[in-house]
Amino acid sequence: MKQYIGTVQEALDIVHIKEKAKEVRKLIIRMTYEAKSGHPGGSLSAADILTYLYFREMNVDPRNPDWADRDRFVLSKGHASPGLYAVLALKGFFPIDHLMTFRKLGSDLQGHVTRHVPGVDMTAGSLGQGLGNAIGMALAARLDGKSYRVFAMIGDGESNEGSIWEAALSANHWKLSNLIVFLDRNMIQLDGFTESILALGDLEEKFRYFGWATRTIDGHSMEEIAEVLDWAKYQNGPKMIIAKTVKGKGVSFMENNPDYHGKPPPDEKKFEQALKEIEEGF
Amino acid sequence: MVTGNLTWLPNLINSVERKSQREAYGNALEKLGVDRNVVVLDADLSTSTHTTIFQKKYPDRFFNMGISENNMMAVASGLANSGKNVFASSFAVFATGRSYDFVRQSVCYADSNVKIVATHAGLTVGEDGATHQIIEDMGLMTGLPNMKVLCPADAMETEEIIGYIYENRGPFYVRLSREKIPVVHKEKSFTFGKSELLRDGSDVTVIATGILVSAALIASDYLKSKGISVKVLNMATIKPIDREGILKAARETGRIVTAEEHSIYNGLGSRVSEVVAEGYPVTVYRLGVNDVFGESGKAWELMDAYGLNPLGIVKKVEEIMVARS
Repeated sequence: MKQYIGTVQEALDIVHIKEKAKEVRKLIIRMTYEAKSGHPGGSLSAADILTYLYFREMNVDPRNPDWADRDRFVLSKGHASPGLYAVLALKGFFPIDHLMTFRKLGSDLQGHVTRHVPGVDMTAGSLGQGLGNAIGMALAARLDGKSYRVFAMIGDGESNEGSIWEAALSANHWKLSNLIVFLDRNMIQLDGFTESILALGDLEEKFRYFGWATRTIDGHSMEEIAEVLDWAKYQNGPKMIIAKTVKGKGVSFMENNPDYHGKPPPDEKKFEQALKEIEEGF
Repeated sequence: MVTGNLTWLPNLINSVERKSQREAYGNALEKLGVDRNVVVLDADLSTSTHTTIFQKKYPDRFFNMGISENNMMAVASGLANSGKNVFASSFAVFATGRSYDFVRQSVCYADSNVKIVATHAGLTVGEDGATHQIIEDMGLMTGLPNMKVLCPADAMETEEIIGYIYENRGPFYVRLSREKIPVVHKEKSFTFGKSELLRDGSDVTVIATGILVSAALIASDYLKSKGISVKVLNMATIKPIDREGILKAARETGRIVTAEEHSIYNGLGSRVSEVVAEGYPVTVYRLGVNDVFGESGKAWELMDAYGLNPLGIVKKVEEIMVARS
């Protein structure tokens, strides 16, 4: 396989982007700790991809969130809202302080993402809908002759839903080359490990059989994310990137622990430990 | 009582002029297609819903999603939230029941500009039987915030309603029949959110929707000959309901009978009862499907078997007159 070799500038950018991802992770911990609820595990597994997309890949304008020609992003696993909200705040769509209203009465920062938040392109929460939403956006771009791309992220647990596979057929049927999807393969869903609850097996192979251009990457490697997005530019049809990730990535007691799918750090000690571990690059 | 002309069969249904609502829908879509923002989706039923009329003229803006109604609603939302005016069609049972959660989240909660126009609602689906005869759809859709619910009385009102929802942003549900149904309107008369006075009367008000509007008119004419004065309202907008019109009728006639090809739960009858209970309590009798599933049979045979005909309305009126006299 041809190895993608970036420029010096890109190497510097990657250092910068890794620092951004640390900030995103710390905000995920702060938000969920402040809210005393929320989903840190799947937000931390998605954090590197979300950060990369918004800071280095997508064509968006925080001063004009509804800009018609922007690239779109659909977070189909809408419970990873802390991850997306943190990235959007750091990008400048709304003040960082606002994140501390997450899940509180009167805030627009609902437990699951809603498109009424500046920068959020689609509402999600009940699983299995976002891939279809993204397909609709990609079809609209084609109808309007626009060059914007539609990015989406689905979960592995979410891929239990039949509608994901309806959408998988559909994206291939319409040959949507402007659709790039990451599958956050963190191997854990609410009740436990994905392979013990409803075995998903080789998801890259499955999507390849559904007609998608597919790749598997380390979803925590900014270099591999950069490389695969370059690869995606040269593939026809919809792209499915299986991102191998670690649920709770960056916090020792959360990593690979199903208990932290939907639970914040339980006390101040654990909260401080989580922030420290993220800072020190556990 | 002479009842031969109060049941649809053997003669009544063939003695009245009838037109297809779904053809009216397809024709209306074809006209709206001049607007390049109009996009139509169907789920492998386009020859039945008549969205094929649009497809033939604007193939690039028609998407057959296959037998995947959930994905259809999700895609409809994505198109709508990228600036399209989207019409999504299937049979009512699939468009509302099968894909309820997608309509709830992707269409209603996301406040997407998606118009769900469903055909084959109610018992008049006929021979296909209970699996396909949804009698709960208006309840499902009425319960959703942001959703507006419409049930036209005939083909002309269908055409007017399609024009209205095209002009207005946000989620709509329109309920149409498979059958060619009796013509009620000679001219355009639809006003969103308002009931339409078709006959004035002083003893009782019959509020009907969809197919049963024509039955209410026949029942009203029969009852007039028996000395009972019946006001008839056509309630094409189920949500938002015409509160003012219902309360006016309650005050003027003191008795209300509702009639719908839908469950007596969560449809027109329930909505009218809520309004009068809060605003001007009078007795309301509901004609509809009595919390049972349908069955196979010919459309108008079924309507007679379940009492959804002029005779059914006459009986309810006679009962309410006795109860309240």
